[in-house]
Amino acid sequence: MASDGKKAPYTLQIGPIHPSLKEPVMFTFEMDGEQVRSVDFAPGQTHRGIEWMGMRRNPVQIVHLTDRICGICGIVHTLAFSLAVEQIAEIQVPERADYIRVILHEFERIQSHLLWAGVAAHELGFDSLLHLTWRVREQAMDVIENLTGNRVNYGIVQVGGVRRDIVPEQYKIIEDCLSTYEGLLTKLLNLFLDDTTIAMRCRDTGVLTRKEAIELCTVGPTSRASGVNMDLRQDYPYAAYGDLDVRAVLPEPHMGETHGDVYDRIVVRLFEVGQSCQIIRQCLSEMPSGPYTAEEKPAKILAICKKATGEAIGRVEAPRGECLHYVRMDGKESPTSWKVKASSYSNLMSWIPMLKDEQIADIPIIVASIDPCLSCTDRVAIVRNGEKSILTKEDLTRLSVEKTRRLQR
Amino acid sequence: MTATLLTPEQVRERFLTKFGSGIRDSRISERREGKKKNPHYTIWFDLDRELLRPAIETLIGIRFPHLSVIGANDLGDSIRLVYIFSVQYGEVKSEYMVTIAITLPKSDLTVPTISDLIPGAVFGEREKQEFLGIKVLGIPDNRRLFLPEDFPDGVYPWRKDDTGIPPAMVKDLWASKRPVDRPVPVVEIKEECEMGAGPDKESGQTKKEGS
Repeated sequence: MASDGKKAPYTLQIGPIHPSLKEPVMFTFEMDGEQVRSVDFAPGQTHRGIEWMGMRRNPVQIVHLTDRICGICGIVHTLAFSLAVEQIAEIQVPERADYIRVILHEFERIQSHLLWAGVAAHELGFDSLLHLTWRVREQAMDVIENLTGNRVNYGIVQVGGVRRDIVPEQYKIIEDCLSTYEGLLTKLLNLFLDDTTIAMRCRDTGVLTRKEAIELCTVGPTSRASGVNMDLRQDYPYAAYGDLDVRAVLPEPHMGETHGDVYDRIVVRLFEVGQSCQIIRQCLSEMPSGPYTAEEKPAKILAICKKATGEAIGRVEAPRGECLHYVRMDGKESPTSWKVKASSYSNLMSWIPMLKDEQIADIPIIVASIDPCLSCTDRVAIVRNGEKSILTKEDLTRLSVEKTRRLQR
Repeated sequence: MTATLLTPEQVRERFLTKFGSGIRDSRISERREGKKKNPHYTIWFDLDRELLRPAIETLIGIRFPHLSVIGANDLGDSIRLVYIFSVQYGEVKSEYMVTIAITLPKSDLTVPTISDLIPGAVFGEREKQEFLGIKVLGIPDNRRLFLPEDFPDGVYPWRKDDTGIPPAMVKDLWASKRPVDRPVPVVEIKEECEMGAGPDKESGQTKKEGS
């Protein structure tokens, strides 16, 4: 390229401020004109050492740490960790707790996917759509607050079960929310998928082939949008999912074909919102009665955990894909090992093939399309003097918005 | 690639016949949840370190696995790496986990890369290098991943020996109080600028009332 004499490839550094989300990651692009030739990225800008802290605390305390790994996935980390510890300590979780866990888990998916849809709309320059999705998302947040007591950092899952029951008076609030979303879904699908500009911006943009998706170990909607049939709720049913017969949402049955592009990622996430509504409704109608935790007193849970030895894996399907906690306990108060694998950990590598040969203005939507969650992935914090950020997030969003405006003309 | 589904027991048998005494330990753990108590399984293997790559190749021969993550234990005089895979994803209620663990003595912390078999493994291998001080031979990308560039060499956060995080690096934020040794500000703070209740506010109020 340099031998052409006209356009020498140049290096474009974006970050550590994240180009499309409010989370930091450092990108280095090798550019040829407007086109991305190669991509490199450095995560770890928000590493907080939570695993290190956890290996010096007991499981009852770690549950609260896991709650704070991510501001959106409040359930999945606590649940994955609890599943692992429950396996080691051989705690049988009551059936009712399994159902309550699933209901909260699915509400989390709804609010996370709606949040993402808003971000995607914003990156494309459709701020009215951003405001619509984020406004309707509030109802899911209100239900979560009603069920758990908190909007974020729910503090609802504990080793052995959940902290609060869902009482019959709350069923109506849940039902109201579900029928609102089911009514809205058609509108959202129409707004996102039938819009010519969104299709022009997202179709065949940021393509991840099926082969790449498998080889790079991607998970969740990112891999499903590339046609990889994988969903833990279907393949490896935990909690109450074994009773529910969930099937992975793939783009092909809905759109007739799989492109593995940004558009397909929108398709998968939007249809999953509808699927979550059905799952919650089924859980409510089949909810067994009984206790909602195996043991209410934290001191007793701790006493059981202290005696436990062994290793186990807790695995859940987070909104972004598989979230895995590996725990090893050796009969001490704190675990010998604790490894957190958030879903974005598996998905970040897919940026490299996705961004290759794309334009600068498409970077924000492609980066956002895997729904990266860097606080999950990084988990440790040392502030470094920002040295070489050239394009700011605002610059990039402006470029992206301008491209949409050009296409609309 | 085989089209038929294998049970966890069959997979274990396949490994046992192929690697024989190279398998130090193997077991299958089962977990049942929900009303129907559908089981899900994890197969655990502890192998001789030389068998890591052949074992993963065997797993790929069954079906291309999903590498979830590489876990690790510091066991005092050795480090145990736990490669956590899942196989048969996409098959309803038939996926299970396969973990392949190898133990490296601290005198020889080297392990071959598996990124040529599974390209996505680079991420985890880079992380293990910086967090445990192991050396991945043949890794295509040798840089740090999560730790910052100015993180000291020879300190490995997940180690539980002398090379772990020294107490001097731990900032107990909960124990820190408001700093008392701050230098006096260069510019004197004007009293009128202070917000809140006080004699100024009273005088201000009286002025207002007067005007």
